[in-house]
Amino acid sequence: MLGRRGWIGLGTIAALLVLWFVLTTATGWVSAARFPSPAEFWASLWQVSVRGYAGGQLLTHALHSLKLVAMGFAVAIITGVPLGLWMGWSRKAEAAINPVFLIIRPIPPLAWIPLAILWLGLGDAAKIMVIWFSAFVPSVINSFAGVRNIDRPLIEAARMLGTPHGRLVTEVIAPAASPMIFTGLRLSLQAAWTTLVAAELVGALVGIGFILNMAQQDLYPGMILVGMVVVGLLGWATTWLLGLAEKRALAWNVAARD
Amino acid sequence: MGEKALSLRERLAWGALGLMLFLGLWTFLSTSGIVPSQFLPTPLEVLNRIIRLMTDPFAGATLPQHLASSFQRYALGVLLAAAIGVPLGLLMGWFRLLDNIITPIFDGLRFIAPIAWVPFAALWFGTGIGGPVMIIFAGAFPPCLINAYRGARFVEPRLIEAARMLGTGNARMILEILLPDATPSIVAGLRVSAGLGWQSLVGAELIVAAAGVGFMMVQAQANVATPTVIAGMLAIGAVGMLIDVLLRQGEGWLRRRRGLEA
Repeated sequence: MLGRRGWIGLGTIAALLVLWFVLTTATGWVSAARFPSPAEFWASLWQVSVRGYAGGQLLTHALHSLKLVAMGFAVAIITGVPLGLWMGWSRKAEAAINPVFLIIRPIPPLAWIPLAILWLGLGDAAKIMVIWFSAFVPSVINSFAGVRNIDRPLIEAARMLGTPHGRLVTEVIAPAASPMIFTGLRLSLQAAWTTLVAAELVGALVGIGFILNMAQQDLYPGMILVGMVVVGLLGWATTWLLGLAEKRALAWNVAARD
Repeated sequence: MGEKALSLRERLAWGALGLMLFLGLWTFLSTSGIVPSQFLPTPLEVLNRIIRLMTDPFAGATLPQHLASSFQRYALGVLLAAAIGVPLGLLMGWFRLLDNIITPIFDGLRFIAPIAWVPFAALWFGTGIGGPVMIIFAGAFPPCLINAYRGARFVEPRLIEAARMLGTGNARMILEILLPDATPSIVAGLRVSAGLGWQSLVGAELIVAAAGVGFMMVQAQANVATPTVIAGMLAIGAVGMLIDVLLRQGEGWLRRRRGLEA
């Protein structure tokens, strides 16, 4: 059942929808050139879903963006988490990699976009590269911190019991560091979406960011709003999926079971 | 963890080795022609380019001038975010009704990346100062609001009860109880805001600006002036790091001062 909080929240959203209608359609205080009315929003959504806009239907654009985020994110996990674990495990690796990291880390992922376009053009490869970069740094840092925060006695006990090196990594280190790793992945996912939208706004031929880009050039507020809503929904849905995966992976962890 | 802690000398040696490997690989890739040097200039060429950009204009301005115009927008956007986000967060922390009204709106907007505001920003405020400032605002606002709110919500209840018993009104309660107690959290939020704002600035300038470092990089990309692109990246990284270091110092100073007062 909804509490008091929930009812007020629902009321707020209903009030906002009414306000939207009043400001745009009923009174025209907000001009249609600045912000779409509900009817225009609906018409834009209908147009892009059925007839298509910017060279494709909404589903095509959304799936393409989703695919790029998934690929960049996957590459970032595959490269970032092991590197972070390794740096956490070996002081020498940390000392050798840290200075390079210190140079690269302050550069915002979005600043890689021009270079990525120079190297790989406007296609998918450039986008996967920048998404990889943006999601890479949080994965590395949190995996690193995850290993460093493991209780020493845990590792010593495993060692004393003669656990071989490989099993030590897969059965002690990685699980013990996994809550932190997931924290990093959540940040990575957020960064991946931001970067994707930016990269598609700078230059693309398909995708949600491209819809936004075209709508901006066509001065088409209804379509801009559709693009923003879809970006928000996709971000929310992927975060929710990651949350599910986290719950499954950390089912053993009492502290995370809340 | 796996080994004993390294001595300072070992750390430096390993660090130097890592850096040399990185720079060596970079130089090798570009001089050997595996990657055409047009697309990957050597580190030295980049360094040269940075020095030249200090005095020679590119895309209408020198690097310091581009940085200055970027920084102006950035400061405006972040200050605006703090000026609206912090008071609103404190008010939400005190007035439950306001919290219940704003939180659902905020939760809905949270998943929209700041960069996705670019088209509306350009439509509403143009591409000069207003548009980029709005995008920086969109990036910097959430941490300001969230941290002020959390700081205000987690004030020691006894403090509030005591103040209430003494008949403290709403305004004084917020300014003299909630604000001081929430300050560490607010400052931490400002630091996060400053970082996110800087990132959003870069994105905004890549897409809609007509000046600034991001604009310089886009122009350089269009002219295949790779050294200038990399110079821009390094400049953005350096300024971002400088901002973070300064804010860290400020945070430490504040903490020490409060520690002395307590």
